[in-house]
Amino acid sequence: MGIFDKFHSLAANQRALVDSGVNPFNVVIERLISATEAIVNGRHTILAGTNNYLGLTFDPQCIEAAKKAVQDQGTGTTGSRMANGTYVGHAALEREFADFFGYRSAIVFSTGYLANLGMLSVLAGRGDTILVDAHCHASIYDGCRMGSAEIIRFRHNNVIDLEKRLRRLGKKTANTMILVEGIYSMLGDRAPLADIVTLKQKYGAYLLVDEAHSLGVLGEHGRGLLEEAGVGNSMDFIIGTFSKSLGATGGFCVSNHPELDLIRYASRPYIFTASPAPTVIASTRTALKILKTHPELRRRLWRNARHLYQHLDDIGFSLGPEISPIVAVRLPSVKQALVLWGNLLDRGVYVNLALPPATPDSASLIRCSVSAAHTQEQIDYICKVFSDLREGAITLDAQSTAVDSPLDVTPAS
Amino acid sequence: MLQYEDILAQIYSVLQEIARDNREINETTDLVADLGLDSMAVMELLAAIEDRFDISIPLNILPDVRTVKDLALQIQQLMVES
Repeated sequence: MGIFDKFHSLAANQRALVDSGVNPFNVVIERLISATEAIVNGRHTILAGTNNYLGLTFDPQCIEAAKKAVQDQGTGTTGSRMANGTYVGHAALEREFADFFGYRSAIVFSTGYLANLGMLSVLAGRGDTILVDAHCHASIYDGCRMGSAEIIRFRHNNVIDLEKRLRRLGKKTANTMILVEGIYSMLGDRAPLADIVTLKQKYGAYLLVDEAHSLGVLGEHGRGLLEEAGVGNSMDFIIGTFSKSLGATGGFCVSNHPELDLIRYASRPYIFTASPAPTVIASTRTALKILKTHPELRRRLWRNARHLYQHLDDIGFSLGPEISPIVAVRLPSVKQALVLWGNLLDRGVYVNLALPPATPDSASLIRCSVSAAHTQEQIDYICKVFSDLREGAITLDAQSTAVDSPLDVTPAS
Repeated sequence: MLQYEDILAQIYSVLQEIARDNREINETTDLVADLGLDSMAVMELLAAIEDRFDISIPLNILPDVRTVKDLALQIQQLMVES
């Protein structure tokens, strides 16, 4: 007996993966060439699974801002936001996020994951109820678990199921918060946000939207689904991340509730970690300016998204329900997904592999994400490789499941 | 209010649809160890029961549920509260 006994089945699955010669979970990017290209396994590779929606990781202005910050302010803050870790830049970025959304105030966290932990662990208190979409991200579920509220799932994007559950709560809806995402990370579909706002208002509940994958992606000014859906002023809390369209690492929450500032005093994921490095704050402030003033980036992103989605749809792959910069390809088995993933990488295309139980409906997904920085030629190449591999990917023996999912992630739920 | 026996009968009926094989199910049946329900199947089970009884089952109760009896008692408690 020992503390590693519980890892036996995980170890067996991991061993099978290593033996199969394809391991999507230990890819090393050997050299970055640009926001969309790198050397992987010694090979020139197009990156089509990075969530780098606007391609700003190599933006010259963002790099200049980060360089200046590291020279002026050093490599790290070495402290908590509540101690020595709040610099002028952190406070300025909070103001800029609040102004960007037209809300009262904002809090900056060290990562997007910590933003959800930091907010939900405090907001979801004893006697409160959380109604959470079944497809919400692990950070949302983990944040809820750190709190003491009752957590109730509703069926993904199903407003009828959501209303049923609100009705069942009776008077408790006054202490209820609904949690949804702008664009869901695995299948790339949007929440029916306008309908959810109607329900929130009808039942007097609170609403939090995580715009992690929709910030900079949706809405004329890039504010996300709330802007596109025309309900920009109706959120109680807006969560977001720096690590996708803003090209860095960090997270934020924006709100009109004056109590937001109190969260700082109660939130362990805010207090007990070092604040974002000055380089991160500097590049993110610059990226936010670019995000709101360059709508052509969104146009390029969506052109690329339509191009890839339509091609994969035309050649017969089973895709997520709507066109989005996240293009998810469903494969009938883990084995088929692994083989296709390995073949794509061998042909110089890096995408994400997402396996059950970390996926909705236990799907095996090849998850692509496109960027505004992808050229037409790069998208054409990705399309060509999928076309070349399609036959083998779909006809491979669906019953062959010699390799089980190596993930031992408790499902998001 | 529904009696415990009624709740039990409804659980059996849902489980027979989900578990698919004709294994005998009683109060001591362990949902995971005996029926092999994975986390997705447990979610399906809960969703079906929620619809039948018009209740919402909080995820928080899951760590306390191993057997059919555990689940029935939790549902009974939820129905008293609602």
